[in-house]
Amino acid sequence: MSENKITNILVAGIGGQGVMTAAEILSQTALSQGFDVKKTEVAGMAQRGGVVTSHVRFGTRVLSPAIPPGEADILVGFEPAEALRWISHLRPCGVAMINTTRQEPPVVSLGLYDYPQDPISEIAATGVEYHAFDAGAIARELGNFKLVNTVMLGAISELLPFPAEALKNEILDRFRGRKPTLVEINEKAFELGRQASL
Amino acid sequence: MSAVPPLAGSNRRFMSGNEAVARGAWEAGCNLAAAYPGTPATEILEFAAHYPEMYTEWSVNEKVSLEVAIGASLAGSRALCAMKHVGLNVASDALMSQTLAGVGAGLVIAVADDVGLSSSQNEQDSRFWGRFAHVPLLEPADAQEAYEYTQRAFELSERFNTPVILRLTTRICHVKGVVSFGERSETSRAEGFVKDPGRLIMTPNVARKRLPLMFEREAEIQRHSESSELNQIMAGSDRRVGFITSGPTYMHVREAYPDAPLIKLGLSYPVPFDKIRELAGQVDRLVVVEEVEPLLETELKAVGIELLGKEILPRLGELSPNVLRPAIARLLGEAVPETAAPVKAPIEIKPPAPRIDPATGANVFPRPPTMCVACPHLGIYYCLSKIRNTTISGDIGCYTLGAGHPWNALDTTICMGASMGIAHGLDKGRVEADRDKKIIAVIGDSTFMHMGMQGLLDITYNKGNVTILLLDNRAVGMTGGQDNPASGRDIHGNEAMKVDFRKLCEALGVKPERIHEVNPYELPTLFTALRNEVKIPEPSVIITNQPCVLIDYYGAQPALTVDDDKCTGCGNCLDIGCPAILVTRRETVVKPNGSEKELAFVKIESGACTGCNLCPKTCGPDAILPLADYIRQ
Repeated sequence: MSENKITNILVAGIGGQGVMTAAEILSQTALSQGFDVKKTEVAGMAQRGGVVTSHVRFGTRVLSPAIPPGEADILVGFEPAEALRWISHLRPCGVAMINTTRQEPPVVSLGLYDYPQDPISEIAATGVEYHAFDAGAIARELGNFKLVNTVMLGAISELLPFPAEALKNEILDRFRGRKPTLVEINEKAFELGRQASL
Repeated sequence: MSAVPPLAGSNRRFMSGNEAVARGAWEAGCNLAAAYPGTPATEILEFAAHYPEMYTEWSVNEKVSLEVAIGASLAGSRALCAMKHVGLNVASDALMSQTLAGVGAGLVIAVADDVGLSSSQNEQDSRFWGRFAHVPLLEPADAQEAYEYTQRAFELSERFNTPVILRLTTRICHVKGVVSFGERSETSRAEGFVKDPGRLIMTPNVARKRLPLMFEREAEIQRHSESSELNQIMAGSDRRVGFITSGPTYMHVREAYPDAPLIKLGLSYPVPFDKIRELAGQVDRLVVVEEVEPLLETELKAVGIELLGKEILPRLGELSPNVLRPAIARLLGEAVPETAAPVKAPIEIKPPAPRIDPATGANVFPRPPTMCVACPHLGIYYCLSKIRNTTISGDIGCYTLGAGHPWNALDTTICMGASMGIAHGLDKGRVEADRDKKIIAVIGDSTFMHMGMQGLLDITYNKGNVTILLLDNRAVGMTGGQDNPASGRDIHGNEAMKVDFRKLCEALGVKPERIHEVNPYELPTLFTALRNEVKIPEPSVIITNQPCVLIDYYGAQPALTVDDDKCTGCGNCLDIGCPAILVTRRETVVKPNGSEKELAFVKIESGACTGCNLCPKTCGPDAILPLADYIRQ
């Protein structure tokens, strides 16, 4: 079964950031490209600001749904400390795409823990390939913080084993039906993410 | 193997195990589905409710949902009830006797185990119920099988006249995969309810006659299990280890050992011993891979089959490929594959540092779930944390988070509704050291209706002394805001009866003057009510009446902000625990008496704040004000 090459994408962030939606869009695109896909989430109490990860696996035939530690090809980190938390899930030859907008949890506000001083340089110290940019700032400039999701998908779109356009269309199709007013801005967000990662 | 073709046509869809169960039930002609929400099974009923041919309901608890399903089955309709693992503890009273009676039309109980404890109070193994209730147990391994096995479960139920358990886990419920599906066929029985007192009225006399029949049935299903195509031996070229698998462990083993012979148990109880013996004869060693309890292991060893199980595999959590590989390598005397090395972490963290993430090895602060921005529970726990000399029993729901920082305002949490009885026991069982302790119970609307009401009746009947905080947020909050009798809407969002908690508590024996309805954002009112009631040695109920911020009853207001010039860094607002309040800088000052005080200056994340107006009530210097007013200044 060695020809069964599986692509593993781990999306990590915080409840409410759109981690699960991003993973769903990746899965649907992979499906439309003819892959077998499995997607699993670890988000017990996702809406309560806890850690959320979603595992997307696609290939000829996918069996176990969870990505084993050290086997992710791409880590999509929606938040720098969360990217640092999950960096060990990446293959040595994998790529981390990281949004540098920080989100401090109450345990940090309360002074119980410190936020890592420089999570990106810690990630750099592990030797993996990474791209870090402020997806949050791009979304904010576009006027909607929820666009972080689309920006991050744009950012990884050149790393996938299918055309970036396929991923973009999957996103835009979601809005074409229900919210056509958001098509243009999502396309812009996607393209800005794509450029930021290059 | 060729790639799976694109989703051509309409009969293939990417769906979760939960959706697949609902689809399977609908196609099997199921006419009724009932459940109480519980992670990871909640979405089964949410999807079922999309099919108009099925009557669906949120029941008030799992026992009622099973009883409703039993009734429908006896009435001639195929029926499904769904629950999380601990739900079957509640429903088991009905199951343990109904198994003697058998069923009418097919009756399927879908029960989902939370292996790995993503959001439950325990990690119990529902496969026990197959043994305990002498009913067959099906274990799908992915979404496609969840869809197929649901249909098979209805067939088995009718063929053998038994309730059937469909055992799921988080890795089935919440994993999406491609499912090929079909269409619905109508299967309801023509004759409707058939009177049969010698079977359906479970008196000792009847039960005595039914017991041997139940054991005969179990033996018959055991024979069926030996020949059922749901239990398959899969040959493999690497015979050093053969595996016994069921449910998600099949996928884990197949991924880690594609060439190993194995048996996949789809109908895992009653156990097909002969078939497993057949596999044993084909391999050098046999390993049973079962998550949580060594159930099969014990039973197989008891009939003399040599195998390994929990001697080499962990008792806790999932048995995913990265857990299996090192264990099997050790068994074979091979080099143990390295798992990913923890990240080197030079960062400094304050006590209780260093903090290594147990899942990833990273040195990063924990990010536990928190209450939402503007949650109506925030003010309640703020008040509870300020009242001294209390023992507080909590319950199951979002408000269990009140046990965490910054409130630390819960002392017990066990199971649905337990806050009532435990508080009563804390009161009646108190020793001299606790003579002046105030006993408080905290419970949400759903949990109260699920199993708390009986506890309150016990308190009033037995002259208890407990102050009860009944947090009515008009939803089952923790599972995603499902409707319930407090929301005034049914599972479809249609208008329904809305319970009046004041009248209900009165009817349960609480004196009218001891019942207060309070807006939890009105901190002084809430605090005064609480402080007064804990002093009165009678049962009292404080009902809070503001909705969950994640449901449509909540109306967001304009965001607040902090005036930097006025903020004194006192940190009082941080005691609220709202995630939108962030510290901008800390400063240590020395007071005139020489003691040190740490100041924390704050800001409000305006993108997150919904203007609930709770934090200004804790701010002495009035530094928190609406963002719009601040800009005008």
